[in-house]
Amino acid sequence: MSREVRQRFDVLVVGGGPAGVAAAVRAAEAGVRVGVVDDNVNLGGQIWRGGPEHEKETSAAGWISRLRASGATILCGLRIFHQPEAGVLLAEGHDDLHVLSYTKLVLATGARERFLPFPGWTLPNVTGVGGLQAMVKSGLPIRGKRVVIAGTGPLLLAVAAYLREHGAEIPIICEQASWSSLARFGVALFGQPGKIAQGLQLKRQLAGIKFSANSWPLAVHGKAAVEAVVIFRRGQTEAIACDYLACGFHLVPNIELPLLLGCQIQRGYVRVDDYQRTTVQEILCAGEPTGIGGVELSLAEGQIAGLVASGQMTEAKKLFGARNRARYFARSLDRAFRLRSELRRLPSPDTIVCRCEDIRYSRLSRHTSWRSAKLHTRCGMGPCQGRVCGTSTEFLFKWNPDSVRPPILPVRVESLAAMSSELDLECSGVSGGHK
Amino acid sequence: MLSEIIVTVNGVPVTVPSGATVTTAVLLAGKACRTSVSGEPRGPLCGMGICFECRVAINGKPHCQSCQTLCEQGMEVRTDE
Repeated sequence: MSREVRQRFDVLVVGGGPAGVAAAVRAAEAGVRVGVVDDNVNLGGQIWRGGPEHEKETSAAGWISRLRASGATILCGLRIFHQPEAGVLLAEGHDDLHVLSYTKLVLATGARERFLPFPGWTLPNVTGVGGLQAMVKSGLPIRGKRVVIAGTGPLLLAVAAYLREHGAEIPIICEQASWSSLARFGVALFGQPGKIAQGLQLKRQLAGIKFSANSWPLAVHGKAAVEAVVIFRRGQTEAIACDYLACGFHLVPNIELPLLLGCQIQRGYVRVDDYQRTTVQEILCAGEPTGIGGVELSLAEGQIAGLVASGQMTEAKKLFGARNRARYFARSLDRAFRLRSELRRLPSPDTIVCRCEDIRYSRLSRHTSWRSAKLHTRCGMGPCQGRVCGTSTEFLFKWNPDSVRPPILPVRVESLAAMSSELDLECSGVSGGHK
Repeated sequence: MLSEIIVTVNGVPVTVPSGATVTTAVLLAGKACRTSVSGEPRGPLCGMGICFECRVAINGKPHCQSCQTLCEQGMEVRTDE
């Protein structure tokens, strides 16, 4: 039986990215007992990944050192998988089980990349865009490697700049959005001085890299790993030799935990009020789960959530203006990088859609709902629990995701045992908080 | 990076910078992480603990997410090849 650790917090923050760090800082600086839990080995989430030696963004270093000085308890490498009763979460560490109790909970669970299936996408060295950046930040040498970047979203440009700075050769960036859509997005940014500076800086870093709008990957060729990618560009197909294909179709929010806790979801995002409060009492939400919007929006929402959770409503109100301006940017992102319908035709009948269970497109296309596909094919029932294929089938077939059941991640048998003993209590009426 | 760490991947020593994840060690060794249920080699996809494609055995413990684990001196990593 693994070691059990019990801790109680006034404010528990789930997620150590910008939103979570900002929430924890503002709450802890008010003197309440704060815990921050994250499944990654370091703080910073995906955007600030890699620890201080990688933090070029001064805001990252500033916020993280402020958090370390705030007295908050930092719990990295813990994965939350269950809520045995209201106000209590179970998390699994490398060799222990954590029982975390809270008065207020701030969900800052971030976002992940959306992946779409196409022939050859399961070959090694086809990675996410943010995925490849994360690997390089974690020590993967990329110097001299040829990396094709494809998909959609601002991440494509940011990662191209990052990889090139680290010595990669980028033969092309394929963006599925149209020029007109991107131009509208560019126009939308004129209200945002910070974003324009960022854009110009990237423009210099990206000088000379071929950028193609209206362009997307059709297939990947290779034996043991990627050797070439066939792209669609200017109405034609073109094969490009490469060592990696970094491919991701913008971001989707991680809403599994908010769903498990019963928070209402509206158009794919966690519904919050002006004070970042969800529809469940004592639970707040900040950052990407409330709408994809980037670091500035996450910092504003995170601060508001942390202030509200620690009872500082007047202070929170002062940040509404900054948050609402950042939200305007978020809405323009959603419009500019909306997926075009041609991408629904990317998979061929034998393309694997569910990578955990190797379920092919032809087996799924017979079904009319995610639930039916799941029950008949095991699609989405592997370790990732549909985090990859559920997101792609939502787009491919317009299926709605299912309800979430505990455990929300695969856990060790001991953790399951802890969970079932809690469930037994619940069934016998001793503790009835979980609905 | 201040120091280097040596781990083994399928018995072969691999040198990685300190702070590297086990995924990096596997990629440096030129190995796929796992074999899928229909026999395909698979490598890491998301790099952030979501996709579970980077699972390997670490010090005898199976199904570890290599992207969420830092390399430690002498660690024994086994892929599913």
